Amino acid sequence: MSFLTYLISGLSLGSIYAIIALGYTMVYGIAKMLNFAHGDFIMVGCYIIFSVTASLGGNPLLGILVAVVLCTILGITTEFVAYRPLRGAASPLAVLITAIGVSYFLENVALLIFGADIKSFSSVISWEGLSFAGGQLRIQGVTIVTILISVLVLVVLQLFIKKTKQGQAMLAVAEDKGAATLMGIDVNKTIMLTFAIGSALAAIAGALLCSAYPSLSPYTGAMPGIKAFVAAVLGGIGSIPGAMIGGLVLGIVEILSKTYISSQLSDAIVFGILVIVLLVKPTGILGKKIQEKV
Amino acid sequence: MTLLDVNKLSISFGGLRAVDDFNLQIEKGELYGLIGPNGAGKTTVFNLLTGVYKPNEGIIKLDGEDITRKNTVQINQAGIARTFQNIRLFKQMSVIDNVKVGLSERFKYSTLEGVLHVGKYRKVEKEMNEEAMKLLKVFDLDGEKDTLASNLPYGKQRKLEIARAMATNPKLLLLDEPAAGMNPNETKELMDTISLVRKEFGMTILLIEHDMKLVSGICEKLTVLNFGRVLCQGETKEVLANPEVIKAYLG
Repeated sequence: MSFLTYLISGLSLGSIYAIIALGYTMVYGIAKMLNFAHGDFIMVGCYIIFSVTASLGGNPLLGILVAVVLCTILGITTEFVAYRPLRGAASPLAVLITAIGVSYFLENVALLIFGADIKSFSSVISWEGLSFAGGQLRIQGVTIVTILISVLVLVVLQLFIKKTKQGQAMLAVAEDKGAATLMGIDVNKTIMLTFAIGSALAAIAGALLCSAYPSLSPYTGAMPGIKAFVAAVLGGIGSIPGAMIGGLVLGIVEILSKTYISSQLSDAIVFGILVIVLLVKPTGILGKKIQEKV
Repeated sequence: MTLLDVNKLSISFGGLRAVDDFNLQIEKGELYGLIGPNGAGKTTVFNLLTGVYKPNEGIIKLDGEDITRKNTVQINQAGIARTFQNIRLFKQMSVIDNVKVGLSERFKYSTLEGVLHVGKYRKVEKEMNEEAMKLLKVFDLDGEKDTLASNLPYGKQRKLEIARAMATNPKLLLLDEPAAGMNPNETKELMDTISLVRKEFGMTILLIEHDMKLVSGICEKLTVLNFGRVLCQGETKEVLANPEVIKAYLG
């Protein structure tokens, strides 16, 4: 029974990684850049929820809504101010370095406003959860809600991408930016939309993360951000189902190795798995081999 | 009436004048051929016409409107669509979705309506599907609407690329070596497709081609380009009989 409990909590952590990884992978797939500030969008989302609920005494749901809206605006603004001017720069490194700069900028702004001390975060999910088999298997409300929300996010996102013209435009830009523009697709608008969606997802991930692990500092987003990046690469960067699978695998491995092997070694094991998977299949689990044009 | 009016178009890359003092007038409804040896600057002309490159000098007018400084999206909306020498379909997307990408600038609903599948979403998507199917039917691709573009045979990929370009509702269609890599049967079928586009849509077409049989078979007028300059311009028969053209081609 306890194994099942750990498995489910791994699934829950993995769901959060998956939602973050979706943002990474969409931005990479469509804008062909790694937004290393993505993890810090999560932290910003958390602080917004914290401010609305703890400081202003607002409803948690209102807090999440405000966080989603503000993070979306933050994502669009970051793309417009920091990344767009560098599109078409001679080296893709320029935008990568800028993303790292944006990451430090956000962390330090948070440090300035909220200070370095860790804020305790009261969970936005107050449900106790379910108990099975006469109390032997207990699943927390946070865990269930997290898993359900990530499933919902994946379904809505897939429907959006497969069934709407905006989603199809994203796929077209991801595959061939030049041909897409010549068919009348506005690449800037499409990339902006991608950032908006990725950042909104980061805010949702922030709410779930801080509900499951209720402590908040300016560096809250950094480690989950990196792990989600690993998840995206593991699943095959650019692939949406890949990000989901990568996230889940990572979450389960992390919790199980924390439980059965060593909590100090769990991160080493997680990254070790990445190395092994990439050695065997460099494109990730669902990644496709890109054929070079001849 | 003149649809495309290009005057004194020039572009240099480094020290090389890839296109030099290029003039071209195409009448509405015409099928016009742009030929010349490899490296003569034909595709560069296409890239200038579609805004991929900005010319150093010269004016491009489409239907009286100056489009010289517009970007690729604006030029597409003004009415120029193209296909590519090496087919550039969205290979991971289905046949119908490729055409719908071409349609998407003309059919509007907001992102929020799309996310929630409400409002104008259903109606507009239905219209887009109908319009796409109408186009696919013309090109005889309606039977393969759900096939991945990459799984189509070569000849049909060419057809789909033309269908996708037609979906943007152009006034002028640019075809960059449509017969490249085709066997004689496929070339014959392509010629039928091009005639069909003219008949069904009254389309004005400018095409780059190496296949002389195709060029002499369907083009009404020709421009021969050599080293970035116009060598000869006029009715197909006269141009192909021009000794200078023969010299440029046969050395």
